[in-house]
Parts: sequence; C-alpha cells; structure tokens
Amino acid sequence: MKGALITAALLVGLSAAAAPRIAAAAEEPLVLADGPGRDLTIGRCIICHSVEYIPGNAPAMNRSGWQKSIQKMKERFGAPITDEESKQILDYLDAHYSGKS
Amino acid sequence: MRRRELLLGAAGGWFAGRALGALAAAGEGQDVLGTLAGKRPLIQRALRPPNFETPLRDLAAAFTANEVFFVRYHLAVIPRIDPASWRLTVGGSSVGAALTLSLRELQHDFERVELAAVNQCSGNRRGLFTPRVPGVQWGNGAMGNALWSGVRLRDVLRRARIAPDALEVVFNGADTPVLPGTPDFVKSLPAERALDENTLIALAMNGRPLPHWNGAPARLVVPGWTGTYWVKHLTDIRVEPQAFEGFWMKAAYRLPTGAFPGYRFASQETKETTPITEILVNSLITSHVSGERLRRGAAAALAGKAWDNGAGIEGVEVSTDGRVSWRDAALGKDLGRYAWREFRMPLDTSSVGAVNVAVRARSRNGTRQPDTLTVNPAGYHDNIVQTVMLEVV
Repeated sequence: MKGALITAALLVGLSAAAAPRIAAAAEEPLVLADGPGRDLTIGRCIICHSVEYIPGNAPAMNRSGWQKSIQKMKERFGAPITDEESKQILDYLDAHYSGKS
Repeated sequence: MRRRELLLGAAGGWFAGRALGALAAAGEGQDVLGTLAGKRPLIQRALRPPNFETPLRDLAAAFTANEVFFVRYHLAVIPRIDPASWRLTVGGSSVGAALTLSLRELQHDFERVELAAVNQCSGNRRGLFTPRVPGVQWGNGAMGNALWSGVRLRDVLRRARIAPDALEVVFNGADTPVLPGTPDFVKSLPAERALDENTLIALAMNGRPLPHWNGAPARLVVPGWTGTYWVKHLTDIRVEPQAFEGFWMKAAYRLPTGAFPGYRFASQETKETTPITEILVNSLITSHVSGERLRRGAAAALAGKAWDNGAGIEGVEVSTDGRVSWRDAALGKDLGRYAWREFRMPLDTSSVGAVNVAVRARSRNGTRQPDTLTVNPAGYHDNIVQTVMLEVV
C-alpha cells in the first residue's frame, strides 16, 4: 500500500517502487474515485477533515460501517448532512471504499 | 506485511487494479511521507486534522527527536499560540482559590521537574489489527520517548487550594472544532492521578520548548497513561466533585469493562465500558523489519525498545526459532521507569535459512505481552508479541 495520500497517478496504476514518496503536506491533490456522489461526499467531509480518512479507513469498512460512520458524523459531530445526502454519500462510499467483506 | 496479504486476498483484483494506493496500510517502507512545518518527513495518515507517525528508523534512538515526534489531533482548528499572551486558568467547584497563570509565572513560581516518558497514542498499531477496525490506521509509530520538563500539576492544583471533595480534574486545550456541534476535545483524570507527583504540565521536550505540533506552549504529561490524556495547548483546568460528562470521556477512548489489566477509572466506568488508562507492557523491534536478509557469518544484533505503565521493564525475551525457546536479551540503560528500555540480542548467522524472530517483554507489574489480540471496537491496546521474519543468506 502506498499510504493515505492518494494521487491520480496512484489511482491509475501502481506497480511503482516501494520507496516512500515525500511530499510537502497539502502539496499534492487528493483525488477520490470518480462516480455519482463524489463531489457531495468531498464537499461535506472536508468541512472538518481531509478526505484521506476515507481511503485510509476503506480496509476496515463495509456498507454498514460507512452507515455508522455517517450517522456518527451527523449525530455526534454535528455534520450538516441531510437524509437524502446521507444516502448519496453512503452509496458513493460503499461503491468505492468498502474494503472489508 | 500480514495486513497486505490479507487485504489483497480479500479484495482481489478490484482494489489492486483500481485503487490499491487508496488503501492505507501500516507496512513500513510503503507509506507516504509528508512534512509539517518544523517537522522532518513523517508517515502521513491524515493531513487535516494532522495525524503523522514516526518512521521506524527514527524510533531507534534513546529519545525521539522533537522533529520526528508523532502528531495526533482530533480537531482541525489549531491556533498558533503567542507564549506572551497565553494564560492557564485553574478553577472549578473543587478549588478554593481560582488561578490565572502566565507562562512566566508557571516557569518561575513552581519547582521545575523533568522526567523521561513514553507518549503512546491509544490507537497505536490500530492499522495492524485483525479484523480491521475504523479509525486512524496507525502502524507502530504513534509513539515516542522524550524528556519532558515543566512543573508538577499537583503543585498548581495545591496553589489553587484543591478541595478534599475533588473527584476529577478536567483539561481543555486551545484546539477547537470546525463546527459548533462537534464536541471540544476535553479530557479528565481521576483526582488521585492528577495529584500524582509524576503528572506534569510540560513546557519543554528534550530540552527545548514544546514544538507547536506537540502542544506548545504547555501540555499535560501523564506518564504511564496513553496519549489521549496528554492534553496539548493546555488553557483550562477545572477541578470538579463529579464525573465529567464530555463526549471524549463518555463515548470515546473506551474499552470493554474488564477486558484489559490496568488502572480502573472508577468514576467514568459503566458495566459495559471503561476508559482506556494505562499503557500495557509492549515492545518494538527497531533494528530489523520482516524480509531483511542477513549475510552468513556477519555479525548482527536484534535491537528495540520495551515499555509499560511505569512499573518498569523486568525483562525482554527473544525467540529465534518460532517461539519455541526464549532467551533473555540484554537491557540497555535505565532512563527512568516511564521511559522505554532498550534491548539487544546478537543474532546467530552461522547457517543459512529462515530466522523467525519474536520478542516479548515482561513488566514488573506482573504482566507479559500476550500471543493473541484482545479484539475491541476502537482498536486499542495491541501489545501482542511481534514477529519479524529474517533470512540468513
């Protein structure tokens, strides 16, 4: 695994070297997978945190895990996400970042 | 490496082909490094709020340098504090004389003390958990050992005339949430732990003022307890006769009651869950990682660190035959009971083949590192015996 900072290059293909890449923090763009709900997901999540948390947690997540996570963000942390938006965000996260069976 | 194999096995070609890089794992040498102002490159788990861990090679020194010490925040609004205008307030229902202290007063009006201690994040090694659990996917580096200097919290509480009915002492720092609905990061300690002579308000780390990312200008140091209690950018202390009800005590940083050894934070405990408190006995091999090859006949030594809740490391055993037989490693200099202790063991390289190395530390508190993980929802307390697979060629 290359770590949490994702770049377009990494998403395309990455048989590349195992040597760690060094980046000045915030220097490289964070890119999430294309798909319906992507912009909404980024827009809501980055209010409080960078989106690395999403791929970073993917190995530990499935649909139910993402559902709990979105609920926690809304109910415990006060994230401004409507019910309709929750569903779109859940579908997006589950489609692209559910790494746990 | 176990995680990577597991992941590839479970996720198959989909992730490998499309978004392998998206899946952060805790394997050394495969991580993205990032830099924060004033820090050298660290393993970047998240940029905002910043969560950066120390690379393994930087954990080999006796004291972990300020420039590579791990960084862990929950909240994204982290002000840079002007030391001249910073104030620490001490109040609450269980003090007789509320105080407001400047940095200068803290530095000059109280006895200066220093102490070496491991600061370890509660979630250190969460990324190594099987099964995987959500949260920052830390590897081994959400920890470090430093020489902390400052004043005793006890002396400050006594100056404020802490009352006999004090039950908990509550700590807030200058970092705040982005949204008004997000709970501020506020932690409490049992009064008896706050009054322990080793609980400090630290102003310096390894002989220099605290780095911004490690809590400048003042942070709590609670030796032997996990990092969640070591509140950074400390601004406000309240002493109360009842249990603090905040989210970060009542809902976060909790373990199943009775699942682990360690101090019981009685006023915060329920039948189901209890706050994480003391660090469990643990060790880390810093000299080698799995997959390394040793040249036949060449001198080689295994080295690393062992630490616990402050009882002190009694011994560190090393096995090189897949946990069949164990021998005591040599221990390095004692830096203080809350610091880690170096261990060292020559490796036999006289014949070629696989060397399955395992290390287990035991504490003077009577505990020893276990072979199996006690799974818990938040992924805390991974102190299982560590293995590295080497090969003599």
